[in-house]
Amino acid sequence: MAEINRNARQIKAYVVSNKRVGQYHQLILTIGDVAQQCKPGNFVAINVGGNTSAMILRRAFAISRVSVNSASGGTMELIVAPHGQGSTWLCSQLEGAELDVVVPLGTAFGIPTEPVQVLLVGGGYGSAPLFGLAEVLNARGCRVDMILGASTASKIYAPMEGKRAVNSLRIYTEDGTMGQTGRVTEPIQALVADLSIAVIYSCGPMAMLAAIDSITRGTEVVHQCAVEESMACGIGVCMTCVLPTQDADGNIAMLRSCIDGPVMDGERVIWDKVGKAL
Amino acid sequence: MTSLDFSTTLGNAWFPAPIFTASGCASSGRELAQFFDLNSIGGVVTKSVMSKPRHGRPTPRMAETPSGMLNSIGLQGPGIDAFIAKDIPYLLEQKARIVVSIAGETVEEYATLARKLRGISGISALEVNISCPNVENRGLVFACDPDASRRVIDGVRRTIGGELPIIAKLSPDVTDLVHITRGVVDAGADAVALINTVLGMVINIETLRPHLGGKTGGLSGPAIRPIAVRAIYQVHAALPKLPILGMGGVSCGRDALEMIAAGASAVSVGTASFGNPTALPTIQSELKQLLLDKGFSSLRDAIGFAHRPEIADAK
Repeated sequence: MAEINRNARQIKAYVVSNKRVGQYHQLILTIGDVAQQCKPGNFVAINVGGNTSAMILRRAFAISRVSVNSASGGTMELIVAPHGQGSTWLCSQLEGAELDVVVPLGTAFGIPTEPVQVLLVGGGYGSAPLFGLAEVLNARGCRVDMILGASTASKIYAPMEGKRAVNSLRIYTEDGTMGQTGRVTEPIQALVADLSIAVIYSCGPMAMLAAIDSITRGTEVVHQCAVEESMACGIGVCMTCVLPTQDADGNIAMLRSCIDGPVMDGERVIWDKVGKAL
Repeated sequence: MTSLDFSTTLGNAWFPAPIFTASGCASSGRELAQFFDLNSIGGVVTKSVMSKPRHGRPTPRMAETPSGMLNSIGLQGPGIDAFIAKDIPYLLEQKARIVVSIAGETVEEYATLARKLRGISGISALEVNISCPNVENRGLVFACDPDASRRVIDGVRRTIGGELPIIAKLSPDVTDLVHITRGVVDAGADAVALINTVLGMVINIETLRPHLGGKTGGLSGPAIRPIAVRAIYQVHAALPKLPILGMGGVSCGRDALEMIAAGASAVSVGTASFGNPTALPTIQSELKQLLLDKGFSSLRDAIGFAHRPEIADAK
């Protein structure tokens, strides 16, 4: 809290490319030198709809990967699902379009100081930031295994080049259209034991994060999860994106997922109180 | 370039510039300080603080609406003691001009808060947010009850003494805003802040239930700006000497000038900061340029301009 979003800048970014990948869009944006400050788990807040838009709030997107020295200079990659008006507008932006972005925001994933065994769990397009994270963990000497899940094959985001940093990749779909039939949470308990997992990194729907927490809670396994709660500002002023948490001393607080998150220690979140009064 | 006197006053408090944060839209300043110097704007109006720490309402706490948003935070905050210990010293260190906003559930709670703030130096003014449910009167919002509004301000004025300016923050959700304004002014308010959010609701079409955890929420953003301009205009017309801190959907210099012309002595920027962290300094410099372009040499000459007879309209 002492240094809130110390590296965040409000800058003009330009669309380098915009490609459809399954049900998602992969957008590459130029962000210049700021790319050097972006860490896996950080997010970006983007103005949507143009200057005369009735959409007054920025939209927050996880940064899936950055490149500090691409042909376009510093760039970042976003994987966007065209859900609502704002994300649909963003997915319609063509090469060269100018965007007003605030980046990098939020608390990033913590990287172990020792090379340990880690498991990355992604749900839907929540897998996107895990590939950039895998590269960083790999460079740290960690063995990285990954499980991805979604309701159906077209909602799995698993780019070929992303797999390089991953030791093994298991895919689960609820309808069985890709990989094994079932949910990502089913094999976790066995994998944690078989691979002596020290840290689970997760990103995806809140129900998935809560299910992982029920496996890791009370164990030695650290669970770093990127939470999702609707935000108005993304910079810590509006107090809308809060989650009920409890620290090691038992202090209960509503913490902002934009500043104290999006990456939080799963054990600190009071999952059964999310969306309820404290 | 011609020079412009950009300073303004609210009661006996002087500010070098007329653009302020809006309570609840800047937390306690630290977050926005990453994007601009808090000393560069007129003042920081802190998030309304209550006597005890509060967790606030459950999520979802917000819903975006056309040109606006609803929020239902429930005054989550650290409580007055932690606020005085941590937030005031930080703001003083930034050399920000501080307007502390207080909120209570009873007339007594407001007075208690005023008592705790009485001895704190470096505060420019006190904003009394009376858009809170009065637990002693079936949860009726103080600001919607002329008598309760008066009693809150009277209690704060008696506690705090005569020096520190009191700004009563009023709700637009009333039948006779001028009547309520006269009441708080009689009770000792030096200025009024107009307007607080407008009560609204969004129904989630999937669940067919209210979307917000708190069911109703406060509507803010450009959608409410005409309501704010009307409220400022009406109050200034009735009480032309009363300083008004105008707010409600201001998102550019033009909007700020509109409020000043309607009768505001200063303008708070709230929701615009959510979409644009540098909204405050941008709006401030746009306003300055607009005043210069229109030939004003002093901000004060523009306050309430819309009320002047057209014959004097030499600008």
